[in-house]
Parts: sequence; structure tokens; C-alpha cells
Amino acid sequence: MIKILIIDDEPLARNIIVQYLLAYADMEIVAECGNGFEGLKAINEHQPQLIFLDIQMPKITGFEMLELLDEMPAIIFTTAYDEFALKAFEANAIDYLLKPFDQERFNKAVDKFLANNQSQTDHQKIKIERVAQQTNTQNERIVVKSGNKIKIISIYDITHLASDDDYVNIYTSDGVFMKNQTLTFFEQNLNKKLFVRVHRSYMVKIDQITKLEPYEKEGYLIILKTGEKIPVSKTGYPKLKAVLGI
Amino acid sequence: MLVFAGLHFYTLYSLNTSFALALKDSVLSNLILGLLCWLISNNLSYYRPKGNKYIYVVIWCLILSALYVAIIRYVIISSFKVGFLDEKILNFSLPIRYAFCFLLIGCMTAISILFYNQQEKQELEQRKNEAEKLTKEAELSSLREKLQPHFLFNSLNSISALTLSKPTEARKMTQQLSDFLRGTLRQDDALTSLKSELAHLELYLEIEKVRFGNRLNTIIKTDEESLRKFIPPMLLQPVVENAIKFGLYDTLEAVNINIQTKFKQPNLEISISNPFDAQTAHPNKGTGFGLNSIKRRLALLFSRNDLLKTSITENQFITTILIPQTS
Repeated sequence: MIKILIIDDEPLARNIIVQYLLAYADMEIVAECGNGFEGLKAINEHQPQLIFLDIQMPKITGFEMLELLDEMPAIIFTTAYDEFALKAFEANAIDYLLKPFDQERFNKAVDKFLANNQSQTDHQKIKIERVAQQTNTQNERIVVKSGNKIKIISIYDITHLASDDDYVNIYTSDGVFMKNQTLTFFEQNLNKKLFVRVHRSYMVKIDQITKLEPYEKEGYLIILKTGEKIPVSKTGYPKLKAVLGI
Repeated sequence: MLVFAGLHFYTLYSLNTSFALALKDSVLSNLILGLLCWLISNNLSYYRPKGNKYIYVVIWCLILSALYVAIIRYVIISSFKVGFLDEKILNFSLPIRYAFCFLLIGCMTAISILFYNQQEKQELEQRKNEAEKLTKEAELSSLREKLQPHFLFNSLNSISALTLSKPTEARKMTQQLSDFLRGTLRQDDALTSLKSELAHLELYLEIEKVRFGNRLNTIIKTDEESLRKFIPPMLLQPVVENAIKFGLYDTLEAVNINIQTKFKQPNLEISISNPFDAQTAHPNKGTGFGLNSIKRRLALLFSRNDLLKTSITENQFITTILIPQTS
């Protein structure tokens, strides 16, 4: 038996997948979920092998939900219209189904999964994660796991980011959150008008800077509104000068 | 020109030139003058100097005047048989002729430039007005016809799901979707009654309720008076769509959308509220494309920027629209 999970916020959209799956004998639908939170719970509980996943859903998108998973099951995206996402995940998921789709098209996607089933690799995981984060940037928010809870951070609440081994610590007015990601990723994806990378290990939100102090010889320190001090590296200084217009 | 020719003739004749010479001279030289005036004015209708290049026009006037005098000097004096005395008078008259010609051409030029500039300005104004009108119409129609593709494709998907399990409902939903789409295809901005606008909105809400099941509830509060008031067509649906999206995608629970209409002299006031999560919703997100385009449309239709307002109370996001009632 192959364990299947359906995540979509529209009951009828889940319904049609259930109907189409009747064509396959050895598949078991372990749960149907209406949003990403329920989805995460069901994934942890049932460890499904295949997930039918909608993208536009309450609170967190399908992409954001995937970001929070440690292990990546096989994914077939089902979406109505999402040009950007389409381009992005074309090469990464098992398949994507554009709503409305018919049984024939559906079978093609499932057959692709069945053919791939044995040869699942980490390769897919890495790719989907990256895609998820790319599309995420347009939403102006970052979804992180904080203990057992899921926290949605608005990028406007961030004061600065600091890298720490494989993680990036995100400092916000609500506290510090860890994200399994590189600082270079944030440098590439956060709005360059709002954030600047001033050091190998630091990025700051530009409007949080109150003062720039000389530090040792040739070095500088940024004083944030919160009082925090951030070192500026030699390569970071010209970038900082450019964004501050000094 | 005839007046000038007469004066010219009289002057020459009174200076004791022969009758024939005075006549020939006055006719010929004024003919040439007329020709030159026509020439310069005609030229100016095609080309007018820009900025400080008027000096070229003055130079041209000077050159033409010189040309005129030269013609008079060599053609008339040399080829006509004129007496010694006549020649002297004519020679004496050359600087006067030059000045006179320059003045006349100068006046003609000034008049032409003013006239053609004025004409061009009028044409430009007219074109500008037409362009503005076209842009406004195009903008209005593009604002009107913004149909969310998400809505359309998801509705079709719901219908597809219903065809197998509940064919009658599938048929009903197809009908509702068609009626709704027909309504959105309306091509004009002629005001419609709130009653018919709400009927159209109802079609949309029925479809959304099928899509989202029991997660979506709507409560419409209205009264007889406001139902008779007028509103631009297809105005409410995008606002409600915005509220539904905002409400449904920002919370996990069931969502109540409240729509209330009231008539408060001289405006029809419509408020639409949806729940939202103050924790995660960023204020910047509040006015998405949906509301901006409505605001723009109201501004184009009523020339006012204060007809759409949004406010936040606890966990409700409220959009208020005022529709001025003219009659």
C-alpha cells in the first residue's frame, strides 16, 4: 500500500483527487487536510509517500509548508494558476497538475510517481527547498519553526541577521529565530532596498541603523536602534556607503 | 496690396514722374511685394523657428527685402526707358523701399507666426483631450474587467469534481458561473441600482461558497432605501473578493464576511468586513491590488480620492465605500 496525503483548502478539489485515485487499487489515502498546519501534523503522523499539494492555502503556502519538513516526500503540486511557481517547480516536483485536470492527466502524474518511487533521492529534496524559498521572497515573509510552533516572520519586523554554522539567526522585535539556510541566500533574496550585507556573518535592515562608529584601525561598527553592535568588514563598508548614500 | 499700389502710384506721380512709369512701377513692385509676403507666410506654415532662432527669420526678412530692392533697381530702372530725372527719384527711393518692404514682410511674418502657432496649439490641445479621454476609457475598462484567474480555474475545478458526485449541482454551478461571467462582460460604466449589483454579487458568493464549503459565511444587511440607490457596476465584487481572500487565507477557522449598506445623505455607504490575524497580517498588505484598482476607478468616475477607506478594529478589517448620489 502506498500512503497518500491530500492537502488543499477546497473540499471539492480534494474530492476530485479522491475520485481519480479510485482507479488505483494499491493506494491508501491516509488523510485529507485543508491547510499547511494540518498537513504538517498529518505528515509527521502518517509519513505518507506521496502528497498532492495545493499552493495557495490559508496562513502558509504549500511551498512554505515544504520548507518546514525535515524529510521530503514525493510531491505532486495541484494548482489553478501560478505562472511563477510553474516555471520554478517544473523540473523539481514529480509533476504539477493544473486545475481543472482530467483522469488521464492525473494518471500520467501518478504513473510518473510509481516509476520514480524506488529511486527517490535527496537530490529532489534540495531542489524543492530552494524553489520554495525563491517563491517565498515575493511574499515578504519568512516561515520558521520555533519549537513545536510555526512562526511567520514579516521581513519588516527583522532588525538583522547573523549566520551561525549551518543556520541563520533572524533577529526580530519578537525575538530570535533560527532558519536552516545560508546568509548568502538571504543576501540574494531579501529586498536590497531594505537589507545590506555588511560582513561575512551579518546582514542588517537599513532603517535600523542609527550610528556608524570607527572601530580599531580602518574598521567600523554599526549601532542599531536596538543598541546591538554589528561589525562592518572591509568589503561590507563600500556596500554600506552605497546604500546609505555617504 | 491695391491700397499700397495706389499710394505708391500717387507718391511717384506727385514727384513728377511720368504717368506710365508710376503705374508700371507701382503695379510691378507691389506685385513682387505681395509675392514675397505670400512666400514667407507659406513657408512659415510648414516650418516655424523654435526657441531663440527667430533671428534667422529676421535675417530672412532682410535678405528678401534686399532681393526686392535689387529687382526694382535692376529690372525697372535698367530695362524700362526712364528719364534722367525719373532715375534719380527712383534711386533716391531705394532705401525707403527697402525699409518699407522690410517692415511689411516683418509684419506679415509676425502675423503668420502668431496665427500658425495658435492653430498648432489648438490642434495639440484637441489631440491631448482626445488622448486623455481614450486613456481614461481604457483604464476604466481594464479596471472593470480584472477577473481573477484563480477564481475561474478553481471554480471550473469544483464543477469538474461535482459532475461525478452531484451532477445537478454541477449544472447549477455552471449556470451561476455563466451568469456571473456575463455580468462581468458589461462594457459600460452606466450606474446600476444597488439591488441589481447585489444580485450579481450573490451569484459570485454562491460559487465561492461551493468552493470553500462551510468555511465561508456571508451576511448581507441592507434596506429598501439603499437598494434603490445607484452604484457603478462590478464595483462590489472585487472588494468582496479581496475580503474573502484576505479572510480565508489569513485565518484557519470559518470566516464571516459582513456586508452592510446604508444611505447617508448624500452618499450610499457600503462597508465590508472580514476577519484577519493582526499577528501575521502586515499593515502594508492591507490594500492589495483589488482595493487599489477600486480606489482608482472611483477616482476616475467621481473625481474624488476619499471614497474608499479601510480601517482595522481588533481582528476585523473593514473596507468602506461611499458612492455619491447625484439625483
